[in-house]
Amino acid sequence: MSTLRKRREFIESEQQLAARHTKGKIWLAAFQIALLVGVLVLVVLLLTIINTSFGYSAVENEVDPENLAVNGVPLEELPQEALVEILTQNISAGLFARFESEQPVAERPAEELYDLIQEHVISPQVKESWNLVDSLTRRGEILAVIETKYPEAELKFFSWVNWDFVRSQQSSHPEIAGIRTAILGSVWTIAIAIFFSLPVGIAAAIYLQDYAPDNFINRVIQTNINNLAGVPSIIYGILGLAIFVRAFGFFTSGIAFGAADPSTANGRTIVSAGLTLGILVLPLVIINAQEAIKAVPNSLREAGFGLGATRWQTVWSHVLPNALPGVLTGSILAVSRAIGETAPLIVIGASTFIQVDPGGPFSKFTTLPAQIYQWTVRPQGAFHNIAAAASLVLLVLLLALNATAILLRNRYSRRY
Amino acid sequence: MTNQTQSSENTFSFRQIDLRRRGRTRETIIQGFLFLCGFLSIFVTFGIIYELGKESLLFFGNQQWSSTNKPLAAAIDDQQTAFEIGTQGTAIQEEAVYRIENEVIFVETVAGTQVTAQRGYQESLAAAHREGLTLETELRPGLQEFFTGTEWAPQNGKFGILPLLNATLIVSGIAILVAVPLGLATAIYLSEYASNRARNVLKPLLEILAGVPTVVYGFFALTFMTPLLRSMLGNDVVNIYNMASAGIVIGILILPFVSTVSEDALSAVPRSLREAALSLGATKFETAVRVVVPAAFSGIAAAVILAASRAIGETMIVAIASGAGPNFTFNPFQAAETMTGHIVRISGGDMSYNSIDYNSIFAVGLMLFIMTLALNIFSQRIVRRFREIYE
Repeated sequence: MSTLRKRREFIESEQQLAARHTKGKIWLAAFQIALLVGVLVLVVLLLTIINTSFGYSAVENEVDPENLAVNGVPLEELPQEALVEILTQNISAGLFARFESEQPVAERPAEELYDLIQEHVISPQVKESWNLVDSLTRRGEILAVIETKYPEAELKFFSWVNWDFVRSQQSSHPEIAGIRTAILGSVWTIAIAIFFSLPVGIAAAIYLQDYAPDNFINRVIQTNINNLAGVPSIIYGILGLAIFVRAFGFFTSGIAFGAADPSTANGRTIVSAGLTLGILVLPLVIINAQEAIKAVPNSLREAGFGLGATRWQTVWSHVLPNALPGVLTGSILAVSRAIGETAPLIVIGASTFIQVDPGGPFSKFTTLPAQIYQWTVRPQGAFHNIAAAASLVLLVLLLALNATAILLRNRYSRRY
Repeated sequence: MTNQTQSSENTFSFRQIDLRRRGRTRETIIQGFLFLCGFLSIFVTFGIIYELGKESLLFFGNQQWSSTNKPLAAAIDDQQTAFEIGTQGTAIQEEAVYRIENEVIFVETVAGTQVTAQRGYQESLAAAHREGLTLETELRPGLQEFFTGTEWAPQNGKFGILPLLNATLIVSGIAILVAVPLGLATAIYLSEYASNRARNVLKPLLEILAGVPTVVYGFFALTFMTPLLRSMLGNDVVNIYNMASAGIVIGILILPFVSTVSEDALSAVPRSLREAALSLGATKFETAVRVVVPAAFSGIAAAVILAASRAIGETMIVAIASGAGPNFTFNPFQAAETMTGHIVRISGGDMSYNSIDYNSIFAVGLMLFIMTLALNIFSQRIVRRFREIYE
C-alpha cells in the first residue's frame, strides 16, 4: 500500500517536472523574442530612413528649363552673360536689386548664377513625394494621382541623398537644398570641442589615475565626474546659453577680437557651441581615458621609478604611450556622441535658416543634427525626405567613426 | 651625473651626493596643471548649480501684472491715499499690491468702493491718474503654485509645472515599460543561454541602437511609430503628436542601456551558484530567474534607475514627436509637452535675456537637474548598499 502511494507521488512529480521544463521552454522563447524585437527595431529604423531617402516625386516647375535654353543650348552649358540675361528677365525688380546690393549680378560666376536661376526662376516645387516601397510597388497608382491632381507636374525618381545634396547649400526648396553648411558647422564645432576636451580630459584622467592620493577632495572629484556623465545634455545647453552665449558674449561673439560687427553680433556662435559640446563630452573623455590608463600594468610604472625616473617622466614615456590606443578609442567614441548631440545646440541657438558657410569660430552656425531637426519638424513631405537623407549621411559618418575606433582597438590593444 | 666617481692619479675622492629631497619645479607645475584639469569638473558642477539657481531665483522673483478690470471711479493726484473705485471687475483684496499704469500701490483697507492705499510702493513713482484706469493685480510664481498649478503659461501668469512634469513622467513611464521587460529578457538570454559566438554578434548589434543620434530616433518616431499607432488604434484615438509614440521610441533608445548593464551584472554572478542550483535539480530557467537574477539584483536595479534618468532627460525625441504646448492630460495618445521639450521649444527662437521665458527654462532645467541627479545618486547607493560580493 505504502509503496503504491510513493509510486503515485513519484509519477506526479514526473508530470510536474515536464511542466517545469515546458515552462522553461516557453520563457526561453519569450527571451528570444525580446532579443529579436531589439534587432528588428534596428532593422526597421534603418529601413525607414532608407525608404524615405529614395522615391518618386511629382515636381512642378514654374518655368520649364527647356524654355530657357537659348538656340538649343541647354541651360547648364550657357555662358555667364546669357545667364545674367535670363536672370534679369525672369525675376522681379525688387529681388534683382537685393542680389545686386549683395554682389553685382554681372560679376558673379556662372555656377552661382545657375543656382540662382534654379531657385528663383525655374523654382521647382515638389507637390507630393512617395517613399521607396510605394514607388516600387504602386507605380501605376502614383501615375494616376499625378495625372488627376497635378497635371502640370513631372514624375521624377529622386535619390534624395546624392553628391549634390552633400555639396549644396541650404535652401527653402527641398529638392535643391543641401547640407554643406550643416556639415561644415558640425566640423567646426566638433573641432573646437576636441581641442578643448581632449587635452583637459586626458590630463584629468592622468591626475586621477596616477597622481591623486586617496583623500576626500579626490573622491569628490571622481564622484562628481561620474555624476556629470549622467546629467542630461540639455542641461549643458542651458549652461552654455547662460555662460558662453550670455556672460561671455563679448568674447564668443568675436567683438572683443574685432572679428564681428558689434551692432548685430551675439554669442550664438560656433565657439560657444564647440565649448558647450566640449564640456558635455569631458566626463566621458575622462572616464574612458581612466579605463585605458588603469589597464596599463603597474609593473611598467615600477620599472620606471626603479630606474630613477620622476613620476611625470614615467607617465610621459611609459604610461601614456601604452595607454594611447585605448585613450584614442575612448575619445573617438565620446566625439561620436558629440556629433549626434542636438538639444544643447538648439538651446545655444543653432540658426534655423542659414545659407552662408561658417567662416570662422565667430560665425553663426547650424549642424547636421540641428538641420535634421529643422527639416523633420516641417510639415511638408519633401522636407521629411531630405531629413531622412541627412540622417543617412549622419549615420554613415558615425558608423565610419565607430568602425575606426574598433579597428584601432583591435590593432593596438595589448594584453599584459 | 653627480654620483660619478672621479679618479685622480693616486687618491680616490668621492664627490658628495646630496640625498636630501629637492624641489622639482617642473614636476610641481605639471602636477598642479593636472590637478586643475581634474578640478575643472567641480567648476562645471558649480557652474550648473549656480546658473540654474540664480536664474530660477529671478524666475520666482519675477513680477507680472494682470488686469482686474476694476477702474478708478474718479481721477486722483499723486498724493491722494484714499480714493473711490468702480463696481465692475474682480474684487480688490486688502493688504495686497496693485498697479495703476506704472505706479505700484499697496492697498491697506477696502470698504465698499472706498480704498486706502500707500502710494509709490516698491520704488515706483507716485503719479496722477485719470478716471477709468484699471487696477492690475500682481502675479508672482510661488513655490506652491509651481508644484500644484495645473497650467503652465509664464507669459500669462500661469506657473504650474505639473503639465510638463506629468508629460515627462508619462513618457518616461512608457519608455521604462518598454525597455525593462525587453532589456531584462535580452540580458538573461545573452548571459544564461546564448553561446559565446552569438553573444559576440548580438551585443554590438544592440549597442548600435544606443549610438544612433536621438534626432534620428525623433524622425523615426514621427514617421514610423506614430503612423503605426494611428493605423492600429485609429486616427481619432491617436493624435499626430502623442506621448505614447515618443515613449515607445525612448524605450528602444534605452533598451541597450538596460540590457548591457544588466548583462554585466548577471555575468558577474559566479558559476558556482548556477552549478549549485542545477545540481539541486532546478531547470535552467529556474536557475536563471530564482538564483542568478536575485544575486545580480543590485546591478539590475541600478541599470533600470539610470535608464529612467536618461529617459527623463531625453530631449529630441519628445521635441519632435510628442507635440508642442503644455497639456495636462493622462491620455498617452494626446499631445503634451515635456520639460525637456519645453526648454527646446522656448529657447529655439530668439528670446531676450530678461524675459520670463528665459528665466522659466532655468526653473524647469533646475527641476530636471535635481530629478536626474537624485536618480543617479540613488542608483549608486543601491549598488553600494545591496551589492553581493563574491570571491
